[in-house]
Amino acid sequence: MPEQTFIVNGERVTVEVEDNVRVLWVLRDLLGVTGPKYGCGINVCKACTSHINGKAFNPCAVQVGDLSADDEVTTIEGLPAQASEGARGQHGLHPMQEAWLERDVVQCGYCQPGQIMAAVALVRKVRDEGRTITDADLDGIRNICRCGTYTRIREAIRDGETRM
Amino acid sequence: MTTTDGPRTVNRRKFIGYLLGGATVVAAADLGMFARGATADAGELPTLPQPAEIADLSDLLTLAAAPTSQLITVTINDDGTASFELPRAEVGQGITTAAAMLIAEELDLPLDKVHVTLAPARPELLYNQITGGSNTIHAMYTPIRVAAAVAKGALLQAAATVLGDSANKLTSHLGHIVAPDGRRVDYGRLSALAAKEQPEAVEVQLKDEGSHGVVGTPVNRIDALDAVTGTKRFATDLDVTDALPTMVCRAPTLNGTPNAVHNADEVRDMPGVTHVATVPTGVAVRASTFGQCIDAVRALDVSWNDGPVAGMSDEDALAGVRAAEGPVPALPAGETVSGDFTFWFRSNSAMDTNSAVADVREGRAEIWASLKNPNVAQGRIAEALGIPLNNVTVHVVQGGGSFGRRLFDEPAIEAARISHAMGVPVKLMWHRADDARVGRTHPLATSRIRACYSGDTVLGFQQAHTSIETDFRHGLGDIITAKAADLPAGLGNLPFAQVIFHLTTILPYDFGAVGQSLVETDTRFNTSSMRNIYSPDVRTANELIVDQLAQRMGTDPLEFRLSHLRNGRLRTALETAAEKAEWGKELPEGMAQGIGVHVEYKGVTACIMEIDCRPETVNRKVRNAVTGPRVTKATMVIDCGRAINPRGVEAQMQGCVNDGIAMTLTSSLHLRDGHFQEASWDNYFYTRQWNTPPELDVVVLESTEPPGGVGEAGVAASAAAAACAYARATGTMPTEFPINHQTLSFDPKPYTPPVPQSPTDGLDHTY
Repeated sequence: MPEQTFIVNGERVTVEVEDNVRVLWVLRDLLGVTGPKYGCGINVCKACTSHINGKAFNPCAVQVGDLSADDEVTTIEGLPAQASEGARGQHGLHPMQEAWLERDVVQCGYCQPGQIMAAVALVRKVRDEGRTITDADLDGIRNICRCGTYTRIREAIRDGETRM
Repeated sequence: MTTTDGPRTVNRRKFIGYLLGGATVVAAADLGMFARGATADAGELPTLPQPAEIADLSDLLTLAAAPTSQLITVTINDDGTASFELPRAEVGQGITTAAAMLIAEELDLPLDKVHVTLAPARPELLYNQITGGSNTIHAMYTPIRVAAAVAKGALLQAAATVLGDSANKLTSHLGHIVAPDGRRVDYGRLSALAAKEQPEAVEVQLKDEGSHGVVGTPVNRIDALDAVTGTKRFATDLDVTDALPTMVCRAPTLNGTPNAVHNADEVRDMPGVTHVATVPTGVAVRASTFGQCIDAVRALDVSWNDGPVAGMSDEDALAGVRAAEGPVPALPAGETVSGDFTFWFRSNSAMDTNSAVADVREGRAEIWASLKNPNVAQGRIAEALGIPLNNVTVHVVQGGGSFGRRLFDEPAIEAARISHAMGVPVKLMWHRADDARVGRTHPLATSRIRACYSGDTVLGFQQAHTSIETDFRHGLGDIITAKAADLPAGLGNLPFAQVIFHLTTILPYDFGAVGQSLVETDTRFNTSSMRNIYSPDVRTANELIVDQLAQRMGTDPLEFRLSHLRNGRLRTALETAAEKAEWGKELPEGMAQGIGVHVEYKGVTACIMEIDCRPETVNRKVRNAVTGPRVTKATMVIDCGRAINPRGVEAQMQGCVNDGIAMTLTSSLHLRDGHFQEASWDNYFYTRQWNTPPELDVVVLESTEPPGGVGEAGVAASAAAAACAYARATGTMPTEFPINHQTLSFDPKPYTPPVPQSPTDGLDHTY
């Protein structure tokens, strides 16, 4: 069976599994990294949103064989370490996670790791574009929340943006 | 039994609790003791009180708990923390946080030192272990406080010995008992000293509600940290030894069954696959990863027996409902307003699809799942496997949403059957396509209303609601009423539905001769309640007709409602909402406000929505999405009685607003040729960020009424407000919901194979 090597949350891992297995299952079923959630498996619901080399991606839609040994996958579990020590908040978390706690965004919590990872990537993206988050940016977020926490998500992203 | 020190007052009542024998303090309250008397809140009004005003569903669920006389316990641990196993399911509604707050309050312990977990199936609790009807806090408010107060009393007694002072001179402060001279001892140290060898009954008085310092204050969820760090565990996150990923290949028609599998050996040889087994609901595959399960499901070659609705489409299901409709009762003579509304099938899919872990070996079964009815699940699993009830252990896991779905246990039973057939543990997960297509739905219904008036007086209001059967075979939380509801040909369920309808339906206006009736038909679909039961449909139809009456009489919709409301709490809520929403403010052509109000769950809600139906908004484009009219502002006011956690109430109201918007504007299932077509969140259009109101205000009114339910409380008023706003903005009263149902806004995915393959182009879409 082929060996797959890549970096997960700062640690290089090697897993024996076929090339075509999607990264989501390698993370969840083989590595026990269960922060990214399954909600559809077809890159629609975005519950598995994580980062690859600092950009948002959906591991349900990437074959593990397409990753290289130096590709860095960051899941919600590895997000706090993405912030410098001084930037972390009172819970020792990434500023966006702290904003999420401050606003008490979560209801059932299932989609929230993906929401937070999407929010961090969105803030980075608009910052790279030399601007700040707009209502249109928030309207464009595709991550679904069946509990309907959208209002607090919007508030937390704006809060998190100022903290990041 | 309970003793009282005078007339029934909320604050000064004394209660009996128990200290159980053990190594530490285990304080108990008897759930059966606390069934409240039914409360009526109707005044002297021309419209006779409707059944739900005298005793509603909350009362039924609470009263049903009376004969069980079983204990819930609060344990003080030697590290100074308190533990409580809540006999309910947490699915996002915030009841673990509310329960922890009640305990923290009564024990005088910091909230983070209270650990609330979910109790496994406890069949001895009978009716006391159903999570439904937003009833948890209504039923548990007193028992939880009594158990905590008993524990506190035991700690005070033990502290008196340690500190050499009489207990009544001691006070508590955040986990310590403090003597008048300032010496203190913490609960952890007292826990063993306060333990009893033999159980004893003790009388306690609860803290005066007016002095509450935790209850009634806005608090963040106790599970929020776990959720935002990805460590909150749902069923599919559990690490149960050898419980490998498992999925089911399902029939191309709803509830079809497998006839023959033609390539089981070939599929078993696929990468990662360990087992293939046929069960009544399909062909199960078990593999090292869910991705390999998807590959295997897609590779299976199966012959199927058609399901019971093979060939049927929406119009056929509607024709069946039409055929079952009875006459709308006659009204007094006068001018008439009428309406005939259709509510299409809607999905209660949660983000966390139907899932369960099962280990069935050697005549024993152990199950892990999010279950609102674990006792019924335990009974049905025992029955399905032919093993004794005592050999079935059911663990209740936190659920990633429910919306009615987890009242039922089909994933747990399916997982048990699969594990039994394969002889190995399994982690069963439904694909999203399964969950949308085969999962339970809010049934298709029609609602016909006729109202008559003379001058500015409404003389009568009759509503005939007709629906595909709503499944209540979950009973009241125990296997006995579940079996009763499961009598053949709907004989058990249909009367049950009548009871639920009449216990949840209130028309809150003084409209003379009011009558509301339910007829249900057709038991072939997989249905259930969906974040509220009948009310969103019933009330949407009501409020649209209320607006018609107001228009006929030339009265403003707000003024009309205020002058006909027969519920003081609701009047206050509506007045508050009108002020906050600036009712009647100037809006451009194509925009309008709409009102919805509702009475249920021992509380009231009033919602005002502002909708934008201008072409530039309606026609805005979002990829693979439904846009359409946008609710630009929503104002929701709730009086839910004493709010345990106002921040949690606000959260639930925000969710209810999004549910109401979806039900009215965007979300439905489309039945074609015997199968629902939706298989994705880009097919089933629940509210998304581009649909949610940019402005959403929630007001939680201060109230001294007993705590009511909140999880579902705001959906009916929201759905109605969206509908009324749409009608006023467009000048046309909509008659079917959601309003976009006749437009299929996606390309249906194939039924064979039953689940779509995952894409491989994810790296092309990073940002």
